[in-house]
Amino acid sequence: MYNLTPNKIGTLLKTQYSNMMEYRVEIALWAISGVIPFFMLNIWTNNGLNESLNISNIMLSRYFLSAFFVRQFSVVWVVFTFEEDALLGRISPYLIQPIHPFFRYFAQHIAEQITRFPFALIIAIFFFIFNPESLWSPSIGTIFISLISTFFSFLIQFLIQSIIACFCFWTEKASSFEKLIFIPTLFLSGLLAPVESFPEFVKSWVYFTPFPYLIDFPARILSENNVNIFSGLCVQIIWIILFFLIFIKVWSQGSKKFTAMGL
Amino acid sequence: MNSNKIIELKNISKSFFIASKEPGLNGTLKHFFNRKYNEKKVVKNINIEIRKGEIVGFLGANGAGKTTILKILCGLLYPTNGFISIDGYRPYERKSEFLNKISLIMGQKQQLIWDLPPIDSFYLNAAIYGIEKSEAKKRIKFLSEMLEINKELYLPVRKLSLGQRMKAELLAALIHNPNILFLDEPTLGLDINAQANLRKFLQLYNKETGSTILLTSHYMKDITYLCRRVICIHEGIVTYDGKLEKLLTKLSPRKELSIICKSKKDIESLKNLGLDIKNLESNEITLLIKKEDIKKTLKNILNKYELEDLQISEPPVDEIIGKLLTNNN
Repeated sequence: MYNLTPNKIGTLLKTQYSNMMEYRVEIALWAISGVIPFFMLNIWTNNGLNESLNISNIMLSRYFLSAFFVRQFSVVWVVFTFEEDALLGRISPYLIQPIHPFFRYFAQHIAEQITRFPFALIIAIFFFIFNPESLWSPSIGTIFISLISTFFSFLIQFLIQSIIACFCFWTEKASSFEKLIFIPTLFLSGLLAPVESFPEFVKSWVYFTPFPYLIDFPARILSENNVNIFSGLCVQIIWIILFFLIFIKVWSQGSKKFTAMGL
Repeated sequence: MNSNKIIELKNISKSFFIASKEPGLNGTLKHFFNRKYNEKKVVKNINIEIRKGEIVGFLGANGAGKTTILKILCGLLYPTNGFISIDGYRPYERKSEFLNKISLIMGQKQQLIWDLPPIDSFYLNAAIYGIEKSEAKKRIKFLSEMLEINKELYLPVRKLSLGQRMKAELLAALIHNPNILFLDEPTLGLDINAQANLRKFLQLYNKETGSTILLTSHYMKDITYLCRRVICIHEGIVTYDGKLEKLLTKLSPRKELSIICKSKKDIESLKNLGLDIKNLESNEITLLIKKEDIKKTLKNILNKYELEDLQISEPPVDEIIGKLLTNNN
């Protein structure tokens, strides 16, 4: 089921990219809808909240722009697509093809990110036009590491949602479980505020969860804020391995329960 | 063991646990707090053997268990009990080698990417099955010519008619040259010409590739045209497994004799011969006569009455099978 070849990967990506290009307007709108970090930046700077953190306005605006970019390239919706496909019986033909069905969804996400990239870039240009003082040029090394970290963040979120998606084999509405994850992701990931700004009590345990590694960690790398890159990447890898093992287990148990609804 | 045997099912059963709900608010509350599940045995201890190259039709009323059996055969469902072997593989393990040999085609269900032309889905399927691009190109050309859909390959799937889409679905499902085909209502919703073309194509595919085809359909023409062997399923049990012809003779041991008389008086007289009457109109009568009595009865009628027209026919297959599905025996 996992026998991936370069030809399979290439064709899957090409096909999904062609498909995503059919929805370019929709993707542009999704890109625009991801501007929460800019609103948060506005709230922070207008209320002087950053002073208590000892972080300058410029560094904060760079952080939120980076958070915007990380968010753009780590958005995951696999649970919703899988649930719909399972309910409508569209998953059945995928299950009897010699490729794991989740590779299709994975390719869909990557293709969507590639389609989204130019729109995100345009939004960033506008950001710099209105905030010229925030303009910075990260080194190639920083860009490379932040790209890896963003990809890891995407992998963690993809695996979490894939595990939840597998609950479709037991209950038809698996996406309701995703709602439980959505709130902590929103508040603890660093999308609304840098994790550094959280109360000490929250900081004492939040780093033991995967949430700060979804937005805060990659955004801090890209914005060149202080961060321990090596240990952060290691923690991301540990979460990926852990969630991957859980996914394998849940998938193998769940697919035995598949009732091929709507076939 | 018969070396020609490609499919073997021994005592296969499949049960589902289905929640039941009483009507009204009371029922809703009970359903919410104390949901009750009932076990429903959809397939009960069935035994089937199918040889390489056979085309076998599954017959049964809605909910008889035909589609569940197909789902078990292609590996979508785990059987609750029993032994199953398809070309030496356990389908539910979904091994790549097994998946490369089979294909499932479902009427009204699609695997083609809706917003792209079918050609993109064909190349994607080819890559998934590990077929080189040049080889895929050849196969697409060959199959599209056979299915007569050359022009439609480059139009978005959403712009194709149902018949064109079904042909494209078939091409997508056959691109890896499967040697076992599972077809679930493949002609559902197609017009008469499209149905006929699809049947012709499947027959040709079976002849040229020696593939094994298992088919469920509510259109009796699909079954009579393609299948020499049928398996009747009723409430998850195999009630008949054998030649279609034999089944028809067994179910309908009588022929239909349609007579148009010159006078109404003769019709009245024919009515009183004590034979079973299927249909009676002003000067036309259709009698049901046992096959062994046909000669004797015919001689008698020809001697006695002045006829305008006479026709002997088998009862329509749809009618016979319809009776079988209604009577459930």
